[in-house]
Amino acid sequence: MLKEFWDFLMNDFFITGDPLILGAQVSIGLSMVAIVIALSYFKKWRWLWTEWLTTVDHKKIGIMYVIAALLMLFRGGVDALLIRTQLAMPQLEFLHAGHYNAIFTTHGVIMILFMAMPLMFGLFNIVVPLQIGARDVAFPYLNSLSFWLFFFGAMLFNVSFVIGGSPDAGWLAYPPLSELSGSPGLGQDFYIWGIQISGIGSLASGINFVVTILKMRAPGMKLMQMPMFTWSVLSSSITIMFAFPILTVTLFLLFIDRYLGAHFFTLDGGGNPMMYINLIWMWGHPEVYIVILPAFGVFSDVVSAFSKKKLFGYKSMVFALMSISFFSFFTWLHHFFTMGSGADVNAFFAVTTMLIAIPTGVKVFNWLFTMFRGRITFSQPMLWTIAFIPCFVVGGMTGVMLSVAPADFQFHNSYFLIAHFHQVLIGGVVFGYFAGLYYWWPKMFGFKLHDGLGKWAFWLWNIGFYVCFMPQYALGLMGMTRRFNEYNFDLGWQPLNIVSTVGAFIMGLAFIFQVWQIAHSIKFLKKEKSGDAWGDGRTLEWSIPSPAPMYNFARLPEVSSSDEWWEEKQRRANGIKPKPLAPLEPIHMPKNSGIPFIMSVFFFIAGFGFVWHWTWMLVPGLIGVAVCMFARSFDYDTDYYIPVDEIERTEAALKGGH
Amino acid sequence: MGGPNTHGHGHDEHESHGSLKSYVIGFVLSIVLTILPLVVVLNDMMDRTPTLIFIMIMAILQFLVQLFFFMHLREEKKPRFNVMALIFGVVILITIIAGSIWIMTYNSVG
Ligand code: HEM
Ligand SMILES: [Cu+2]
Repeated sequence: MLKEFWDFLMNDFFITGDPLILGAQVSIGLSMVAIVIALSYFKKWRWLWTEWLTTVDHKKIGIMYVIAALLMLFRGGVDALLIRTQLAMPQLEFLHAGHYNAIFTTHGVIMILFMAMPLMFGLFNIVVPLQIGARDVAFPYLNSLSFWLFFFGAMLFNVSFVIGGSPDAGWLAYPPLSELSGSPGLGQDFYIWGIQISGIGSLASGINFVVTILKMRAPGMKLMQMPMFTWSVLSSSITIMFAFPILTVTLFLLFIDRYLGAHFFTLDGGGNPMMYINLIWMWGHPEVYIVILPAFGVFSDVVSAFSKKKLFGYKSMVFALMSISFFSFFTWLHHFFTMGSGADVNAFFAVTTMLIAIPTGVKVFNWLFTMFRGRITFSQPMLWTIAFIPCFVVGGMTGVMLSVAPADFQFHNSYFLIAHFHQVLIGGVVFGYFAGLYYWWPKMFGFKLHDGLGKWAFWLWNIGFYVCFMPQYALGLMGMTRRFNEYNFDLGWQPLNIVSTVGAFIMGLAFIFQVWQIAHSIKFLKKEKSGDAWGDGRTLEWSIPSPAPMYNFARLPEVSSSDEWWEEKQRRANGIKPKPLAPLEPIHMPKNSGIPFIMSVFFFIAGFGFVWHWTWMLVPGLIGVAVCMFARSFDYDTDYYIPVDEIERTEAALKGGH
Repeated sequence: MGGPNTHGHGHDEHESHGSLKSYVIGFVLSIVLTILPLVVVLNDMMDRTPTLIFIMIMAILQFLVQLFFFMHLREEKKPRFNVMALIFGVVILITIIAGSIWIMTYNSVG
C-alpha cells in the first residue's frame, strides 16, 4: 500500500527524471520552507492575514496584483530564454521536442493571462478610484475575490510544471491536439482549470470597474471629464465583460469533450475542431485589445503630464478607445484566414481588420500633437512612452500587412507573425504598463524609483527588443515557421537566430536591472514629501498624500474639469483662494473579509480534483465554494464607519509628514 | 453593501431590487423552462426540426425571464446602462451566431 503510493508519487504525480525540473522542484521546495520560516520567525502570519490576505482595499489589492505579475514575468521570461537558447543551437537538443512544446505553451499562456492581465488589473486598482475621486471600487469584496481567483488559477496552472506535467498544445490549445486523443496527459486539464478559475476573476473585475466608473465618480465629474486612463479602463472593461464569457464557454466545451467524452471539437462523432478555433478567437482578438487599451490610457496621461499640456484631441481619443473596443469584436477571423472559409469571408474580415487600424493611428497623432510645442520633461515614464510610439507604429503596420488575406497565406504562423505580435505586445503593452508603473509608483509607495538604474533598464530593454525581433521578420520571410525546436543547418537561419537570442538575453539583463532598481530604491529610500510626486500631476490622484490614506479622500472632491488638479494648482498660483473646507463626516468603508481567500482555495482544490479525476477531492472543493457563498450571503456585518476624530488624526499625521 | 445611511460611499441611488414574490415566480418559471425541453428530448416527443425550434423558443423565453425577474430591466432609472449593455450583448450574440454560421458553412463544404 505504502509502496504503491510511493510509486504513484514518483511516477505520476511529480515530474521526475529531468534535471531542469528537479532543480525547479528543489528550489520551489526550499523557497517555500524559507518563506514559512521567515514568516514564523518575524511573527508576521497575523500581519499577512489581516493586512493582505483579507484586505478589500483597492490599493493593496493592486499591489498584490503587481507583485504576482512581476513574478510571472520572471517565469515567462525564463521560458522565453530557454526557447531562444534552443533556437540558437538547434542541433544540440538543449530542449527535446516535447519539452520545447511545453515551454512555448506555458510561455504564451503565462505572459498574456498571468502577466499582462494581472499587471493591468493592478494598475486599474491602484489608479482608477483615485483618479475619479472615489474611496474604493464599487464592489470591494468582489474585487478581493477576483484577485484570489486569479492568483489560485495561476498557481494551478503553474504547478503543472512540477506536478502532473505541463500543457503542450500551444497557448490557445487547438483541438484535435488538445483533445484526449492528442493530449492524453494531465497538462491540458491544468490549462483548462487554471484559466477557467482565473477567468471568473477577470470577468468579475471587468464588471467591477465598469460599475465603479459609471457610478462612483466624484461629484461633478461628467463622463467627458474623466482622465484618459479611466476612459481606457472603461473601454477595456466593457470588452472584458463581453469577451470573457466566450472564453469560458469555449473551454468548458473542451472540458466536456475531455472529461465526459463529448464530441464538440473531436474529429469523429460529428465534432469539428475548426469550431473551436472560430470560438476561441472571438475571445482572443478582443483580448489583445483588452490589454493594449489601458496602455493607450497610460500613454495619454503620461504625455500630457510631462508635456505640461492638455491632451490634444480629448474627444477623438475617447471616440477612438470606445470604437476600438466595439470593433475588436468583428475581426477575429484574421487569425485563421488560411482555414479556407472562402473569399467573401476573408475579404470581409480583412477589411474590418484594416479599419481598426484607423482609430489606432488617430491616437498616435494625438500623442504627437500633445508633445508638439510642449515643455517636455524626460522622466522615466515619458521615456517609455516615447520609445513606444515608433515601436507600435511598426508593429501596427506589420499587422496591416498580415491583414491582407492573400499575403497572410505566406506570413501565417511564420516568424513574421511572431515578430508582429511581440512588437505590439512588448513595445505596446509591456512598455505601456512599465510607463504606468514608474509613473504611479510614488503614488503607491511614497517614493520614486532610482533614475540612473531605470535608464539602464530602459536602454537595455529597447536595444534588446530590436536586436531580438527585427531578425525574426527576416526569418519569417525566409520561411522559418513557429513551434519547431529544430531546423537544418543548410537552411541558413542560424546566424539571424543567434542574433535574436542575444537580443533576448539583453532583455533578460534589463529585467535584472529593474529588480536591482527596485531593491536599490527601497534601500536608499527617499520619501516623497508631496503627494504630487512629479510636480506635473494633472488628475485627482495627485491631489492627495502618497501613499493615500485608506479612505483616499478625507472629503470627496468637487470636479469641474478633466484636469481638475492642474486647474486647482493654476487657481492657487493665481491667488484664488480654495473654497472653505466642508466639515468632515464619518466615512463609510467596507470591512475586510477572509471569505474570498478561502473560497479561492476551495476553487483550487476543486480544480485540482477535476484535473486528476479525483471525485473525493473535487466534491469537497465544490461544497466548500458553495458554503463560502452561503456564508457571505448571510453576513450582514460587512461595513463600518471611520469616525471623524480618527480621520482628523490620520490627516494631521499626513500633514505632519510634509 | 450599503446600510440606510450611505453618505460618502457613492451608493446614494438605491434602485429597487425586486420582491420575494417576483423572485419566486422567476425561479419557478426558469426551472419549468429548463425541464420542458429536457422532457421533450428524453421522451422523443417530437421530430428533429420541431425539437430544435422548441428548444430555441424555450431558450429565448428563459432569456427574457432572466432579464425581467432577476435583472430588473423595467425598474431601471435614467441613464439606462443595463439596457445599453443588453443591446450591445445582443449585437455580440448575433455576431457570434451569424458569424459562426457564415464562417463554418464554407468549411464544411471543403
Ligand atoms: C494595427 C492593428 C493590428 C492589426 C491590423 C493586426 C493584425 C493581425 C493579424 C492579421 C494577425 C494574424 C496573422 C496570422 O496569424 O497570420 C495578428 C496576429 C496577432 N496579433 Fe495583431 N494586429 C494589430 C494589433 C495588435 C495588437 C495591438 C496586439 C496586442 C496587443 C496584437 C497581438 C497579436 C497576437 C498575439 C497575434 C498572434 C496570435 C497567435 O497566432 O498566437 N495585434 N495580428
Ligand atoms: Cu487579432
